[in-house]
Amino acid sequence: MSVNDVIMQAMRENSIDFVTTVPCKQLAGVIEKIEQSEDIRHVPANREDEGMGLCAGAYMGGARPAIIMQNTAIGVTINALATLIQFYRMPLPMLISYRGEVGEPVACQVEMAVHTKALLNQLNIPTYHFHQPEDAAETSAILSHCFMARKPVALLMDATFWKGA
Amino acid sequence: MIRSDVLKTLIPLISDQLVVTNIGLPSQEMHLLDDQPSNFYMLGTMGLASSIGLGLALAQDKKVIAIDGDGSVLMNFGTLPTIANNPAPNFILLIIDNGSYGSTGDQTTYTGMKTSLAEVARACGCDTVIECSAQDTKSVVETALAGDKMTIIISKCESGNIKVPVIEMDPVVIKDRFMKAVNA
Repeated sequence: MSVNDVIMQAMRENSIDFVTTVPCKQLAGVIEKIEQSEDIRHVPANREDEGMGLCAGAYMGGARPAIIMQNTAIGVTINALATLIQFYRMPLPMLISYRGEVGEPVACQVEMAVHTKALLNQLNIPTYHFHQPEDAAETSAILSHCFMARKPVALLMDATFWKGA
Repeated sequence: MIRSDVLKTLIPLISDQLVVTNIGLPSQEMHLLDDQPSNFYMLGTMGLASSIGLGLALAQDKKVIAIDGDGSVLMNFGTLPTIANNPAPNFILLIIDNGSYGSTGDQTTYTGMKTSLAEVARACGCDTVIECSAQDTKSVVETALAGDKMTIIISKCESGNIKVPVIEMDPVVIKDRFMKAVNA
């Protein structure tokens, strides 16, 4: 099974029914499957902090949300993470395309990659780094952990991982 | 009429509705005037009231009113195309447009100069956009609540604030009682 299918299955196992996305080339396959899915409402966002607002509202409305974004978004979402998702204690799985790791063709992406884990660590956000396609098998348990803990949780998926797409 | 005068006129209409209120004075004024479990007070995260309101409206069937401000909509302009393209018939976005950043000392916003939020909302694809005076806001909200069309209301009012205390309620309490009101 491709990593895209493993991720989709993990979302279904966790009854995720509301997903907001800002695209990344590596995430294109998953986003397409979400768009086609009948049991997940897909709401594309223009910026990731807007997406986090959508997820917060959906959660309070009884949905099980998730956000799909690139790691560059950590730079624009720190306030939303700290003063909305964490302050009000809401679950938010963040499926993150981890650009700027080994295999990256665009030098500028490395500039945010070197800050990504440090920022997540500074925010005390549980962070899981998927490097091999087999790592996708943990997605379902991590999503479940996120809703149990009512915290934002980051899944960083790098270029080597996406070779399994 | 200033924002708090507009809010006072709305209370009989929205007291038992799900209301998301913008950071700063709008939340503090609603909290002072008519604290309800069905009010979600934003204590931080300027700009996201309309996004939270849309997410909430898409996830369940009850009416949702997001009370936003012109400065906050300007900060999160991307919200308008998202609202337009993901319509929720139970969603009302009420933008109290006083042309100023009320919570920070009434500095002028661009809607107090040349920018029209109603025109922007229409250009973004929002189908039902109503700009009204502060005095007419109550009747416009009443009509929107009675209907089943997503409505963007821009209420043009005067700049100015009343003295209100900060909200000391714990955010988890605000969320918890709000979610119970959603499910009630």
